[in-house]
Amino acid sequence: MQVKTTILSLPTEEFVHPGTRACAGCGLAIAYRVGLKALGKDTMLIVPPSCLTVLQGLFPVASTKLPCLNVTFASTAAAATGILAALKTQGNEHTTVAAWAGDGGTSDIGLQALSGAAERGDNFIYFCYDNEGYMNTGAQRSGTTPIGAVTANTPFKGKIQQKKDVPAIMAAHHLSYVAACSAAYPLDLYDKILKCKDMPGTKYFHIHIPCPPGWGYDPRYGIKIGRLAVETGYYDLYEIINGEFRLTAASEKLVEKRKLVPVREYFRAQSRFRILTDAQIADIQNQIDAKWAGYYKKDE
Amino acid sequence: MHIIENGNVAAALGVKLCRANVIAAYPITPQTPLTERLSEYVEAGEMKAEYIPVESEHSALAVCIAASSAGTRVSTATSANGLLYMHEQVQWAAGARLPIVMCVVNRAVGAPWNIWNDQQDSISQRDTGWIQMYCADHQQIIDTVIKAYWLAEKVSIPIMVCYDGYILSHTYMPFDVPDQEQVDAFLPPFRPDYALNPEDPANLNTVTLPDVRMDVHGELAHGYMEIRYLLQEEMRTTLAVAAEAEKRFTEIFGRGGDPYIEPYRCDDAEYVAVGLGSLTYQLRVCVDALRKEGINVGVMGVRFYRPFPDEAIANALKGKKGVIVFEKALSYGYEGALASDLKSALYEHLAYTGALPVVQNFIVGIGGRDIRTEELTQNLKAATQHRVSKEPAWIGLKL
Repeated sequence: MQVKTTILSLPTEEFVHPGTRACAGCGLAIAYRVGLKALGKDTMLIVPPSCLTVLQGLFPVASTKLPCLNVTFASTAAAATGILAALKTQGNEHTTVAAWAGDGGTSDIGLQALSGAAERGDNFIYFCYDNEGYMNTGAQRSGTTPIGAVTANTPFKGKIQQKKDVPAIMAAHHLSYVAACSAAYPLDLYDKILKCKDMPGTKYFHIHIPCPPGWGYDPRYGIKIGRLAVETGYYDLYEIINGEFRLTAASEKLVEKRKLVPVREYFRAQSRFRILTDAQIADIQNQIDAKWAGYYKKDE
Repeated sequence: MHIIENGNVAAALGVKLCRANVIAAYPITPQTPLTERLSEYVEAGEMKAEYIPVESEHSALAVCIAASSAGTRVSTATSANGLLYMHEQVQWAAGARLPIVMCVVNRAVGAPWNIWNDQQDSISQRDTGWIQMYCADHQQIIDTVIKAYWLAEKVSIPIMVCYDGYILSHTYMPFDVPDQEQVDAFLPPFRPDYALNPEDPANLNTVTLPDVRMDVHGELAHGYMEIRYLLQEEMRTTLAVAAEAEKRFTEIFGRGGDPYIEPYRCDDAEYVAVGLGSLTYQLRVCVDALRKEGINVGVMGVRFYRPFPDEAIANALKGKKGVIVFEKALSYGYEGALASDLKSALYEHLAYTGALPVVQNFIVGIGGRDIRTEELTQNLKAATQHRVSKEPAWIGLKL
């Protein structure tokens, strides 16, 4: 069995300099810092325009100590393909290629390129950091904004559509590895990256990223809110290895506990859900309960 | 070795001889036979390269941009709407100063759908910071591809090698395929100043401010405006580097000429027809016919369109009574882009002489409309006798 990394055994070498341009309390800053530790020094990064472009700093200063290619919004995964092809012709089979894109850059404008690269089976790791909206441009809705969230362009009624299930779309490409993680559980992210690094083809990570300005909460509550999303059973930590689904970390433990925190607590902690009515929350609670009844049944 | 093949194969052989290591392409007519041929070379092991069958043209250029940033010689090709779909990446490749060589097999753009030849696709990309070279026959296609790799890598600016769809891409013509040893002598391996490397990390194409900014060592780094100024400045100096490329090419391969223009019977001509691509060879037939009638005309092909060889063109047209520009594209709302550029060059270099040639503009062959030599001749003749029209005149229009 794989040894679980703890805060004490996490490598101390940093690949993200302190003093990034991320907002106070940014969930991405945590996930990126820990994620790069797992990827290690022999890595090349691809980043489309997103919060991460800002986090990494303005020319000629960069906060990341790994080579990084900034690319156009829709081309992230294709750029990964290009770097891989170049490395292959140079006889380099050791360098890890990793793309980090936001949820808009993944679920909306970048989906075609991502699907293309995944279908070709190109050997890289794709990270979608999901702060559930176009937070870099002022918090507009994206394909992964959840139902009921007020955003800059769903200002009064909130988003009326469901969140797009990108990990499921990626799983439909028959990938060797698909994972759902959260910035509130960075060690789960770390262990999953180590686990899949040597698996063949495209590996897909979806990371839930609490966002203080976009979600409307005090920056100090980011981890708490990220955890609430998991503890309420609203967002699940899992992995799909060669098609086989399994809950991990805190979500796995919830199956044993058979007890979820009411989702109302998650919604009421963020101003973006202020327009959700009790009836809507009850409806979402029912959907969560039904999903978890399935998990419990599988466990029996 | 002399062979008889189509223009797409001429381009594919050029790419193969240049040892491109990463090829990415998405199918679009009339480019497809070129990229199919490249996939054959790779699968058969005749080319040591990765062939990436991407899911879109936008991604084709994304693959090339990334692979080039990682220090590899790359190749792609497209036509028409494929090129338009790439537009964002086209600009990006130039801004990132990557020596990508892309064949553009010229075709009309939609709407409405039309798969036939004109040059609206590449002309619409004129202002993107790419070098544009136009070919008039198959020999020029293969030779231009080889020159383009050398030039692009010398100046770190991407190049479009443009040739007419069907008229060149799908017709068969004899041409010489140079030996690999000759091409290797001409084109050294690609060694960029910087390539992505974990041992020497850098963050490429990051957000760059309007003003200059200090780096961590206290050195001033360029702002966005300086970076863009250098692209313009180095595009202009590319004209001199292109002459060097032509000279080197001529020494090694034993053929070549003027790097910018291709004049035919221009020396004693009073009137000169000007155009891009295969049309200029068709115009030679018109010129020969009119010469027999005693009309002193010549034709000049523009082979190098961006950077625009304004001085070379103005010098060639100095003292002429008239210049007649034939174009398969136009800047809607005004006139053909080449006509505008040419007028600007004439004004810049000849206005002081007090003798500016009269410039007339004909639009031909839009969406593959047949360009009949007889009709072309009659219009050229008319333009030597009077001003045909204040606005660009469309040849063969049936309204």
